[in-house]
Formats: sequence, C-alpha cells, structure tokens
Amino acid sequence: MNATSFSYDRLLNTLGAWVLALMWALPLVYAVWTAFHPAAYEANFDLFAPLTLENFAKAWQAAPFARYFLNTVILVTMVLAGQFFLCTLAAYSFARFTFPGRNILFALVLLQLLVMPDILIVENYKTMRLLDLVDTIPAIALPYVASGFGIFLLRQTFMTIPRELDEAARIEGASPLGVLWKVYIPLAKPTYLAYGLISVSHHWNNFLWPLIVTNSVETRPVTVGLNIFSAIDSGVEWSVINAATLMTSGPLLIAFLLFQRQFVQSFMRAGIK
Amino acid sequence: MLKSTFLKAVAATALSFSTWASAQAVDLQFYFPVAVGGKAAETIQALTDEYVANHPDVKIDAVYAGSYQDTVAKAITASRGGNPPQLSVILSTDMFTLIDEDLIEPFDSYLSTEEDKKWLAGFYPAFMENSQTGGKTYGIPFQRSTPVLYWNKEAFEKAGLDPDTAPATWDEMVEFGKKLTVKDDSGNVTQWGVRIPSSGFPYWLFQGLAIENGAILANAEGNKTNFDDPKVVEALQYLVDLSVKDKVMAPGIIEWGSTPKAFFEGQTAMMWTSTGNLTNVRDNAPFKFGVAMLPEKAQRGAPTGGGNFYLFKGASAEQNKAAVEFVQWITAPEQSAKWTMATGYVAPRPETWDTETMKAYAADFPAVLVARDQLEFAKAELSTYQNQRVTGIFNDALAAAITGSKDPATALKEAQAQADGILAEYR
Amino acid sequence: MSAKPSMTSRREWIYGWLLLLPAMVLLFAFTHVPAITTLLNSFFSTPRGRRAAKFVGVENYDRMLSDPVFWKVFWNNVWYAVGTIPVSIALAIAMALWVNDRLAGRSFVRMAYFTPTVLPLIAVANIWLFFYTPGFGLFDQITGYLFGWPSSNYLGNTDTALVAVMVVTVWKEAGFFMIFYLAALQSIPLSLKEAAQIEGAGRWTVFWRITFPLLMPTTLFVSVNAVINSFRLVDHIFILTDGGPDNASKLLLFLIYEVAFRHWETAYAASLTVALLVILSLLAIGQFYFVDRKVHYK
Repeated sequence: MNATSFSYDRLLNTLGAWVLALMWALPLVYAVWTAFHPAAYEANFDLFAPLTLENFAKAWQAAPFARYFLNTVILVTMVLAGQFFLCTLAAYSFARFTFPGRNILFALVLLQLLVMPDILIVENYKTMRLLDLVDTIPAIALPYVASGFGIFLLRQTFMTIPRELDEAARIEGASPLGVLWKVYIPLAKPTYLAYGLISVSHHWNNFLWPLIVTNSVETRPVTVGLNIFSAIDSGVEWSVINAATLMTSGPLLIAFLLFQRQFVQSFMRAGIK
Repeated sequence: MLKSTFLKAVAATALSFSTWASAQAVDLQFYFPVAVGGKAAETIQALTDEYVANHPDVKIDAVYAGSYQDTVAKAITASRGGNPPQLSVILSTDMFTLIDEDLIEPFDSYLSTEEDKKWLAGFYPAFMENSQTGGKTYGIPFQRSTPVLYWNKEAFEKAGLDPDTAPATWDEMVEFGKKLTVKDDSGNVTQWGVRIPSSGFPYWLFQGLAIENGAILANAEGNKTNFDDPKVVEALQYLVDLSVKDKVMAPGIIEWGSTPKAFFEGQTAMMWTSTGNLTNVRDNAPFKFGVAMLPEKAQRGAPTGGGNFYLFKGASAEQNKAAVEFVQWITAPEQSAKWTMATGYVAPRPETWDTETMKAYAADFPAVLVARDQLEFAKAELSTYQNQRVTGIFNDALAAAITGSKDPATALKEAQAQADGILAEYR
Repeated sequence: MSAKPSMTSRREWIYGWLLLLPAMVLLFAFTHVPAITTLLNSFFSTPRGRRAAKFVGVENYDRMLSDPVFWKVFWNNVWYAVGTIPVSIALAIAMALWVNDRLAGRSFVRMAYFTPTVLPLIAVANIWLFFYTPGFGLFDQITGYLFGWPSSNYLGNTDTALVAVMVVTVWKEAGFFMIFYLAALQSIPLSLKEAAQIEGAGRWTVFWRITFPLLMPTTLFVSVNAVINSFRLVDHIFILTDGGPDNASKLLLFLIYEVAFRHWETAYAASLTVALLVILSLLAIGQFYFVDRKVHYK
C-alpha cells in the first residue's frame, strides 16, 4: 500500500517536472523551429514544413553578426580577466591581512552588491564621456571589473583555507603573492569556475549598459546588435531573428550542455548555495 | 575637478588597451541610421563611394549608427565631446531638440545662389514642414515615409466587396470592416476588418486620423500643441470606437511589429502601416493586395515620417559647403531613384518621379505611387521642443483611451495640460 | 633556507592596502563616486545646449513626488517584485528537487531548466512577443484549440501587460536560481533524509523539516539577488511593451533610461536614480537585519 502511494507520488512529480521542463524549453524549441523553416511557418506548426538554412544566411547578411560576436567575446574575456585579477587581490587582502580601515572598506565593497553599475547608468555615461571612452569596448567592461560579488565570494573561499597551508608555504620562503599563487588560487578553482560561469552568462547577455554606451558596429555586443536588428519599421521577422539568436548564443548553449554537471559541482564546492 | 583628475588616472590604464576608439581623420563624417530591412545600409555606402570616386577632393566617412534613437544619441554625444559629425540623418521630428541643444545650423547660408534656392523649393512641401522653422531650413528630406492602407483583395472578394476598391472614407472603413470581420462557430473573431497598430509610437498613425479630421497637433514653431482640440478628440473617439463600438478592430494596444505578419496570416483584412513595408508585403503576402491612401473624413490626410539630413555645428565653412554639395547630389533624381527602389522610402522631390528609372519601377509596381500622391494631403509629423517627452505624454493619453482606462476627452485634456507645462518656457 | 621573520604589522598594512588598491579605485570610480554625484546632480537643472545647469534645490524631487508616472512606475515595481520573487524561488526549489531526484529523462529536464541562463533576455523577448501575440500567437493558438477561447491581447491591455512581463522574468530567474539550489541540495547528506524516512516521515515532512531549513542560506542568497534583479531586469520590456500601455508595465530603471537617454533630462533622471537607491538601501537594511537574526554568516 505504501508502495503504490509512493509510485503515485512519483508519477505526479515526474509529470510536474516534465510539464515545467517543456514550458521552460519552449522558447528555445520555438527558436529552433522558426530558424530552420521558411518565414511562412512562423505561426503554422506543420510537421511536414520544408526545412531551410536560408534564415541563417539572411541574418548573416543583414547585420554584421560576426563582428558583434567578436566584440562580445572580447568584452567577456576582458571583464573576466579583469575581475579575476582585481577580485583575487582584493579578496586575498580582506581574507588574510589586517590593516586599518579593513571593515569600512569591506562594507563599501558589499555596498556594490546593492548599488550595481547597472543602476548608475546616467553618471557612468558622463564618466565615460569625460574619459573619452564612449563607444569603446573597455567602456562596457570597466564598471563591472571591480565586482563586489566577486570579492565577497573569493574572500569567503580564501577564509576557509587552513592557515597552516599558508604558513607552511611562507616557511618555505614564498612571498605573500607567491602564497596567493601557489596556495590560494589553486584551492579556489571551483569558486573561479562558478563565478566565471555567472559572470560570463551575465555579460554575454547584458543589454542596457552596452546599449547606452556603444553606437557603432565595431563596439556593439551581440545583444545590442540583435535589438537594432529587430527594431525595424517593417515588423518582426521571427525566423531571421531567431536564426541570429541561435547563431550568437550557440557557443554558450553548447558549453552549458556539455559542462552542466561540472558547473553544478563547482557551485557546490565553491559554497555558492 | 578632483573627480576628473582622479578619473583620468583610471582612464590611463583603460586607454592603453582601447584601440577601439574610432577617430579617423576624414574630410566629412556622416552618420546614418537604418530603420528598414533590406539593403538600406549597403545602398548608402554604395552611393557615398560613387560620389567620392567622382570627387577626389572630398573624403566621406559614412557611419552606420544603428537605429534612429542610436543615431541621435551618437550625434549628441559626439558633439558634446567636441567631435561632431559634419552631417547626419536623424528623425525630422528631432529638429527642435537639436536646435535646443544648439547642435545644428541652418542650410540657408550655404544655399545663396538662385539655383540653390530653386533646388530647395523642389522638395514636396509636406516634407519641408518638418524641416523648417522660424524661416530657416534645418533639415533636407532624405529617408521619408508616410503611412498608407494595405488591403487583402481575396478577403474583400470573400466578403462580397469589390476587391479593387479600398474604403475612401471613415464611414466606409467601418462599413467594409464589418463585412470583413469573420467569426468562427463559437463566436471568436478569426479575421478582423482593420488593424491600426498602436504600440510604441501610436501618435504617428493616429495623426493620420487627426489630420483627416482637419486638426493639426502642433504649431510650426514647435512650442504649442493642440491635443484637446475637439477634432482631435473626435478622431480618437473614432479610433476607440473601431474596437469598442463597431468591433471591426481587435481591442487593446495593437503591436506594430507583428502587424505585417497578422496581415499575411489573414488575421486582418486591412492594415495601416508605413510605406516602408511595401517591399516586405510584396515579397511575403500569400494573396493579392492593394495599397490605398488613408480614408478621408473632412479631407484626405496623413503624417510624414522618417529622417532628414542635418548640418552640425563645429565644421569649417569648406566642410559645410562640401556637405551641402553632397546632400544636393544624393537627393538628385538618379541617386534618389536608386534609394527609393532599394528601400521603399518616398522620393522627396517630384523630379525624381519623372526619371525613366522611376517610371519603369512605378509601371511595374503601381502601389508606390499611392504614397507619392498622398503627399499632397500630408502634414508635418508631430514635433515640438522636448519632443520625446511631449510625444511620450501624448502616446500615454492615446494608450489610456485605447485601453479604456480614460475617455478620449479627459485623456487628451490632461495631456494638453502637461504639454503646456513643458512648452511654456519655449514661447 | 632560513625562516623569514614574521612581517611587521606596518608591512602587513601596506600589503593589504596595495592589494586592495586597484579594485577599490575602480569600485570608487564606477560605484561610489557616481552614486554621490548622482545625488549632487539631482539638485541641479539639466544642462542644455543653450543653458547651463543651475542649482534648483529640491525642484526635481518636487516634480518626482507630484509626477503620476513616477508613482505608477513605483507601484508597478513593487508588484513586479512581490509577484516575481516568491514564484521564482518556489519554482527554483521545485526544479532543483526534481532534477536532484532519480527522474525519467533527468538530463533533458535539467537542460530545459538551464535554457534561460544561456539565452539573452533581449533575444528571448522577441520569442515571447510571438507567444503573446493575439490571434496567431502561440498562447492564443493553444487556448483557442484546447478551450475555444477568443484571442487575448496580453501585452496590449493595462491589466495584463505587467503580468505578462512578470511571467518572462520568472522564466528567466527560476532557471538561474535553480543552479544554486541544486548545488546546495547535493551537499545535503543523504543520511539525514534516509534517517527521517526510516522513521516514517513522508516526503513533505522531510522537505519542510529537513531540506527546507538546510536550504535557508541559499534562499537568503537567492532572495537578495532576486530583490536586486527585480529592480535591474528590464531588458525584455524594450521588446515586449516599451513600458506601455499607458505606463502599465514600466519599471523604475526603464523610466530612468527613458528620462535620461530619450528625453535627455539627466537631472530628473538623477533624482529618480536617488529614489531607486533609497528603495534598495531600505530593502538592504531590512534584509541584513533579517539575515542577522536568521542565519549566522561569517
């Protein structure tokens, strides 16, 4: 009796999980459908609709997506490299050094979790104009490079590393930076992976700030390019837009699919939970 | 002061790896937006190249700046940063904003000869309404459009209407619309009579109704609106009634972007949209369609839309002269014909329509003539000082009436009061 | 290899400061300084080509408080937060529990939940635009086919536009938050659950008594993120409604964008930004107080 009620329960759960999964996958499924079928089938779901690659060709010709894609890759690399570098140093400082002003400075770092650059668009735009950086890729990246979240996360991880390891390395003659490089960074790998994942998916998909601060083909990331491409007088062409979306999100999508298990494990080990 | 030195220190590191700053030394820099699909950007580039090839003393850097919104933002930013373009295509409605920001200068000082004046007089007057103020010419029409009515001939035939006759009056549009509205067995509408999109910038198509009813939404000085004019209220009432009373149009805000698709899918038998859609409809409509002028009430009427050339401050007299010559060349008949055929924009000078190229094009695709003929009745697109803000207020009022949260008279009265508040300082 | 003498405290200070310096410079340049200049600028008028900025006192705030659009948008944002945060978190927990379980087709289900994290919101918004389209849109096709409903204009009505936008937000957020819960679930020792089950506790009891409390730190972390996101995620509004109809789906950050970069009224935008910062600070104080009492963070 217990067994039957258990399987009933299991059935319901499986059903719920699947219904939700189908709902969640629907946009992607629709994107794939329209991208590979002629425009006439955007709203007609005929199983025998002819397949085509024409939408990809059209999207490729209609906007410089190769360039947008390159810009996004440069942007994301720049942000990630900057974040890893700056946040590591700052987190190390907070985790293992005592100095006057530490608590106040840490509070100021935490403040950025709340007052994100996304909100200060007006002033940051003025700043970029002052620096003559408007319409450059560094301008998109700079406000995000010193990440309060990154510093917080790495500090938490560094603090869990036993002091004994640290001291052992110092006895062997390592400088503070050497200790950071040899002890802390290797042990914090899962945190870097998890944080890197969050950062890449965030900046790959970020829209508002790049929209404001860029206005030429050489600097626009994919998201802004997609928006310009879809906001035209002649109406929405879903087949072409979705083909463009798939082309530009493809690499991230595939990376996620291949590494999803590792991602979750790195989150677990990084203590982001 | 402290802030700027501090920031400059930050910048030093950033600048060292910023090779993306675009600062090329050219004689003329020219920004253009693209708001239609197809080959707009390529065509502008090709025309510019052609000009430069024939004028070795001029170098033109044509920069595709994105949407209209992006282009005006880029032009304003670049000007404030001391690096303005010499020439840019920007919405005709941004004229007052650009004057207010003190960024543009009139063309008049560079158009002094009799020949130049004749050239200036050669544009359709409807397009010049948004290009001149205070007796000066700030804009030269280039990528201009106007809304027209598209109808599905097969749907007309099925409804027992003459497939070759579009509604000519407001009443006819309702009458036809009722015949064209089709319901299924359970009483759900499967095909609406007409579709006048109202998302994003509802003021534009609504302005067609207002002009047809004899109302002008804003004065030529750009400092007074007439939103609460009884004729405007009546026009809005008509629009609201299309869904609420006559039930020939879907209720609520109608999305602009999905309108052509709805037309192709047979969801609506008639639609109002820009001439910029002609090529799209021609390529994708799976049925025979017609194009007509917007129906009349007191008169025919439509707004104009689209972008003008503007001359930016900060250039040398030589640069300005070269810029004006380029504008004269690119709006000349042959170039203008190429541009019109590639994009669907309305050629802004009557003489373009007399070229052999355009005649052949029109013979093959007579629908393009509708927009041209409608220009006779067209008026300026709504444009004032603080244009985005004033237009935004008006859009909200229209949306409030369309969604039924306010009645047209109240909504428009409130909008007028707000607009007065903003524009008072410009009078 | 002689043992080094331990660092003097002064050297440690200098190390600490130097390590911190690059991050703090950027942090100040793009967060703290602009936050302060925003506040200052909110007391000035907007400079225009022909007129320089001048001190206007609290004029911008007066205007804000008497601006019906501001209040409309403020309440929209409150409803947006109230509507999206609990639903996203509840769904995220459910998803994580399911995916963590032995479930038929688990890898497909997990992949499906991941999709929102990967696809840019701005691009997906176009797809949702199609789903919501009256008549031939996907939702209308489904409800029409299954129930014979008439077409519904979800985005074009003042009562439904905000909800329609919220659905997209929940879709985006739940899939992302699930990752955090999944990581947390995998670190809960199975023995705890098994012990409870042996004692005859049902699945619900196990969840409420054991799993949920153990997930509390994650829930707090996620809810802080969710609160911030409810003021930050506005990308899809650009495509779906542009804030309309009649401001029905406009959120605070979207309004700031519009005022600053469409109307070019930077001073008024500054006072709106200050309002947003005040709201976020109040929420933060509330949350820290809550965190302090409920969870002991190091």
